[in-house]
Amino acid sequence: MPEALLEVRDLKAFYGDFQALHGVSLALRPGEMLALIGANGAGKTTLLKTICGLVAAPRETIRWKGEAIGGLPANDIVKRGIALVPEGRRLFPSLSVEENLILGGAMGRSGPWTLAAVYAMFPVLKEKRHAPSTSLSGGQQQMVAIGRALMSNPELILLDELSLGLAPIVTRDIYAMLPDILGHGMSAILVEQDVTRALAVSQHFICLQEGRVSLEGQPAAFTRERISAAYFGTAPT
Amino acid sequence: MTAAAIITRSTRASRIAGVLALAAVILLAAAPWWGSRADLRLIGEFATYVALASLWNLLAGYAGLVSVGQQAYVGLGGYVLFTCVLFLGLNPLLAIPLAGLAAGLLAIPVAKLVFRLQGAYFAIGTWVVAEVLRLSFAQVQALGGGSGISLPVDAVRAIASSRDLREWFIYWISLGLGTGAVLVAYLLLRSRIGLALTAIRDSEVASMSLGVRITSVKFAVYVLVAAATAMVGSLIFLQKLRITPDAAFSVNDWTAFVIFIVVIGGIGTIEGPVIGTIVYFLLREFLADLGSTYLLILGALAIVIMLAAPKGIWGSIAQRFGISLFPTGYRVHWRE
Amino acid sequence: MNWVNAIVQGILVGGLYALFAAGLSLIFGVMRLVNIAHGDLIILAAYVALVVVQLTGLHPLASLIAVVPLMAAFGYALQRGILNRTLGKDILPPLLVTFGLSVILQNGLLQVFTADSRKLNAGAMETMSFNAVAGINIGLMPLLMFLTAVAVIAGLQFVFYRTAMGRAFRAVSDDKETARLMGLDNDKVYAAAMALCLSVVAIAGIFLAIRSNFDPALGPGRLIFGFEAVIIGGLGNLWGTLAGGVILGVAQGIGAQIDPGWQLLAGHLAFLLVLAFRPKGLFPRIEG
Repeated sequence: MPEALLEVRDLKAFYGDFQALHGVSLALRPGEMLALIGANGAGKTTLLKTICGLVAAPRETIRWKGEAIGGLPANDIVKRGIALVPEGRRLFPSLSVEENLILGGAMGRSGPWTLAAVYAMFPVLKEKRHAPSTSLSGGQQQMVAIGRALMSNPELILLDELSLGLAPIVTRDIYAMLPDILGHGMSAILVEQDVTRALAVSQHFICLQEGRVSLEGQPAAFTRERISAAYFGTAPT
Repeated sequence: MTAAAIITRSTRASRIAGVLALAAVILLAAAPWWGSRADLRLIGEFATYVALASLWNLLAGYAGLVSVGQQAYVGLGGYVLFTCVLFLGLNPLLAIPLAGLAAGLLAIPVAKLVFRLQGAYFAIGTWVVAEVLRLSFAQVQALGGGSGISLPVDAVRAIASSRDLREWFIYWISLGLGTGAVLVAYLLLRSRIGLALTAIRDSEVASMSLGVRITSVKFAVYVLVAAATAMVGSLIFLQKLRITPDAAFSVNDWTAFVIFIVVIGGIGTIEGPVIGTIVYFLLREFLADLGSTYLLILGALAIVIMLAAPKGIWGSIAQRFGISLFPTGYRVHWRE
Repeated sequence: MNWVNAIVQGILVGGLYALFAAGLSLIFGVMRLVNIAHGDLIILAAYVALVVVQLTGLHPLASLIAVVPLMAAFGYALQRGILNRTLGKDILPPLLVTFGLSVILQNGLLQVFTADSRKLNAGAMETMSFNAVAGINIGLMPLLMFLTAVAVIAGLQFVFYRTAMGRAFRAVSDDKETARLMGLDNDKVYAAAMALCLSVVAIAGIFLAIRSNFDPALGPGRLIFGFEAVIIGGLGNLWGTLAGGVILGVAQGIGAQIDPGWQLLAGHLAFLLVLAFRPKGLFPRIEG
């Protein structure tokens, strides 16, 4: 059994007094794509945020390549090889497309993803590289956000709601690019509202329901009804 | 078996405190009979700073209007008093409320201007207004220009016939303004306006969505505080018998000390300004002749408190023990 | 001729006001902090220069070599040690802490240097001037001051828009959380911004010290000039700040021509007029 790249053990996360996660556990192997599904407010984004350090967590609850990283500041965690493509893109409006990308790579991790490589993957960005990043269309901004995360040459990329606010055709195009984006042995955790799409591209999935894992395993092993029940919290456990 | 909710405003602690406060005020009011002239001056000065601090606290701690320019109204109060006495021949005691009125009127256009600025820029804007007043009064030769002017003894005699009686009247007015400021702040905060202020302080957006007319409330508080501050100012300079632009509009005397008092005592609480003034006077006893060192220490203390215990002395105590001597909120008890 | 001369001098002193204001503008842009001690830091720089000149015998302008790094280091430490802790949603802490700092600086300088007026001597440079047009004399120091202001602002623009540090400034100003995802340590970015700000403050302080007498109480007045230049020019626009400084300087010059006692008042009046009729300033770029 290959060593888990990322291990989350009994993670509890809070926003002030509100508990968003009630003891979530998962294990991610190298090169694996894990889909994280669940209704709004189930805790998917919170889980991603705790992994990359934007939300506090006890030290031992998150292990990355054997090292306990829970609660470390986000700028330290990114340097260890985890990158987040945030929900809603969160591009820097004061920076151009190219500046956003350059900033993504500023921490100096080496790897195949350079500015040239990103432009090769997303040629339209090269055309618009000096434009203010937020002047691009939704789909193009998503490309910038993905490119920006890739520029840090991560071993694990966290994708939060890629399809949010995008037209279905655009979403389809972006998902079509995913294999090339992840082709270099990158692991990924994908949070996605569109369950079908998410399960179609992943090897493993976790379903969150009100901050708890309600179902997990391989997509093919469960019926739609079973997954749906876990999604909405109507499944008997 | 239903639980009934009992809603009260006071606690045993606050009721005891209320009685004690009343007793203290009565005792202090009787000071002319048990205290010396020096005692009266000290207590009067104490009351003056309690007034200025409570007013600044109302403005900054509750309405969120952090002004570093209240010296504008202190000085204005002083100059209006001098003008009324010297050129209109009025009794100085009558000039005090007039000073308040004048300041209130001036505060209206001033507020319209400075309210266009936010946060720290608002603060500096109020400072500019004070500077404008200082420079303007320095140009008025009839009031002594930059060198200032004194009140002739005759004018002061109009207050009362004997010197003792004069000092008593001034003392009682100081005491009145001090307790009045605390009382007005207390009553205001217990009222609907107070509820609006606390809501604004907690979240402007939320309170706006509930229909709280933020600008009107802030405007009213600013004007009210300006008027009251000017009355205190007029009393201060009545006692000093001499006014100069630099003394009237001094940032150190009327703003720096006041801010430090409120921050150390506990900003955003009614008790805070009183506690802070006590600390200020105690420290002054020990550091009496150190002049600028005293300010330095106060400043450092205020910084430390703002970083380590932002609620100040009283705020930290109140939070820790859950007590409130001047309660402005409601308590809900459950009776099974 | 007197009027034209007054206006020309006003334009040149506007450069100094812009130097006062540039740091203020920079820090507000990066971290939405208004440092009430800003003026006192300018005066601190003047005193640091005084000490350096006394110890080394250097020409005041040459003392920049020492004063700039000293002030920059102080700014870095100040931000990381104290000011970073005040940043957040509440407006009170930064305001009250920087106010306390202002009082501490003034009184500390008073303790060490007394209230005596000082001045830095730039030697022959101070009296050199040339005749631009008939009757208009342009002093070397005022011109140098103005050109330095232009250079500093151009430099700051360059840093902001063409360097990695400037990129970091813009990023943390846009979105603190996502900036962390780029590996940026916000605490250090803010500290670097303050170091840059105090470098500009050092330059401003030295020119102030050469131009006129200074003493510990002068800080708040410089803060107000800087603040007025920023508001007149419009938030978020450094070149606007230069324009604001010039307008302030010219207003003061015109006021002084009418009556010497009116100099400062005229400047404040110009500020209040802009506030009344163009509250966002003349060339605004960001919301206050």
